[in-house]
Amino acid sequence: MTAMQIVFLLTAVVALFSAFRVVTTPNMVHAALWLIVTLSSVAVLYVLLSASFFAVVQIVVYVGAIAILMMFVVMLTRREMRDRGPQLGKQWPWAAVLAVLAFGGLTWLVRSAALPASPVGEVPATSVADLGAALVNPGGFVIPFEIASVLLLAALIGAVYVAWTRRNS
Amino acid sequence: MGILSQPVGAIAEWLRNLLLGWGLSPGLTTVLLYLIGAGVLATLVQTWVIFLIWYERKIIGRFQDRLGPNRVGPYGLLQPFADFIKIMTKEVIIPEGADKPIYILGPIVMDAGVLMLWAVIPLMPMVGMDINVAALYTIAVGAFATLGILMSGWASNNKFALVSAIRTVAQMISYEVPTVLALLVPVLLAGTMSLQGIVEAQHVWYIVAAPLAFLIYFISSVAEVGRTPFDLLEAESEIVAGFHIEYSGMVFAIFYVGDFLHAFTIGALAAVLFLGGWRGPGAEAFPLLGLLYLWIKAFAVYFLVVWARGSLPRVRIDQMMNFSWKFLTPLALVLLVLTAVLDYFVAGWGAWGQALSHLVMNLVVGWLVLRYLQAWEKARAARRPVVAQPGQYPVARPPRPAVAETSTEAAS
Repeated sequence: MTAMQIVFLLTAVVALFSAFRVVTTPNMVHAALWLIVTLSSVAVLYVLLSASFFAVVQIVVYVGAIAILMMFVVMLTRREMRDRGPQLGKQWPWAAVLAVLAFGGLTWLVRSAALPASPVGEVPATSVADLGAALVNPGGFVIPFEIASVLLLAALIGAVYVAWTRRNS
Repeated sequence: MGILSQPVGAIAEWLRNLLLGWGLSPGLTTVLLYLIGAGVLATLVQTWVIFLIWYERKIIGRFQDRLGPNRVGPYGLLQPFADFIKIMTKEVIIPEGADKPIYILGPIVMDAGVLMLWAVIPLMPMVGMDINVAALYTIAVGAFATLGILMSGWASNNKFALVSAIRTVAQMISYEVPTVLALLVPVLLAGTMSLQGIVEAQHVWYIVAAPLAFLIYFISSVAEVGRTPFDLLEAESEIVAGFHIEYSGMVFAIFYVGDFLHAFTIGALAAVLFLGGWRGPGAEAFPLLGLLYLWIKAFAVYFLVVWARGSLPRVRIDQMMNFSWKFLTPLALVLLVLTAVLDYFVAGWGAWGQALSHLVMNLVVGWLVLRYLQAWEKARAARRPVVAQPGQYPVARPPRPAVAETSTEAAS
């Protein structure tokens, strides 16, 4: 077993354990914190795959924005610090069925796909520059990129509209 | 490979050979070397805080017309050691109803977020993790410092701490936007996100080509660290001490160390991005000289932070939010677009030609912004007449009733 594999196994164990704790811990802030551990472990997995840009984006978007927003919302909306509600909602059997189906499908996919046993090739050093060029290249991903931008802009304007207080009302 | 030309490389090579000689596998040796390097860097940087505390206290003392620490050791240099021994003997109090693991983890996460920044700072030529997304990484790990403050503010089971944590998040998220936009200007000029690459591209320091971006970066970094004038997260007159109100002993010391280190770290980052990092005469031949240059530049920026702390009053939270969203962010956006367009047209003009044309553009934008601010201020003054007349009350005094009536009429 190489050192890389040891690091991978440790990270995977941390990611799985914290993901398990996200859904089992009764305290909502604790769940948000465990979620941060999970997302950070996934970022480490990206680093192990030499995808440093995705690792950093993972931290910026998920830890820096989404997870902190979650904690913020929980802190603002809950009066009690030790808030313990019921762990299961009404739809839990459906969720369980969906989860089992998704897990089974993924397992089948991974087992049936012909995955390479060794690295296919060296990761090019300019992968970030290539990614940037592909996003603005008409032959690349410029249309999906622009559509995503317009969607985000619409969401932004919508948020401003909802939060806007009218002066004369 | 001599110790003078590549000091860290030589030591790492010697260690690698030693570990390989013990019969370890090459992969394990690499991981061990990374761990040792991270440990050494983190320890050295945190030890450096001992000096930073003395430096800041001394300078703040001078700004306030005092001597600062001067009893323990020559020039009071050993004062931080005395403080340290004192704080180590204090009890760590965990308040009733606090969330103990998160309460303890809060300062550690905050300090770790600051230390992680040092992983990518190019201390000298050939040293530092040269990852190709380092500029973005500095923003990403800043989230951990925010997270640490949020955790401790929440876990303290204290209303003041919670208010401080909420303020922290609002402030950090607001000021992250102008920071990123200003950071993109040197990235654009250098054509790379690697900090080592940005330093190597600075034949002319970027403070010449992008002075406005430097100012925006500096101001919003100060706000991200939560230093005066943006220290609303620990405003003593409003929320006692903010997120660290319940902390004592060593757990408080970690906050203290993290705060000083964060201020110095943004100094080092600004030096790397805008002041040429380790660049200087003879830095390529003797990398240790490069470390010295970086340190001098970082201290120059850190001095500005301390200067602001010594001379500016605290802003209100609405002023702070308005300043970020209505002034810094639009200005940074405009600057970014203009820099990109100009950079395209002056591509073949040589290092100085490019820098000077960018400087002219910055000066024009800066002049326009100043004119706009003056016009805005004039319009505001017309809406709300100034209370004080020459020879009457100074501005800070409450107005006389007659004058106050006219001013409310004018405002409505």
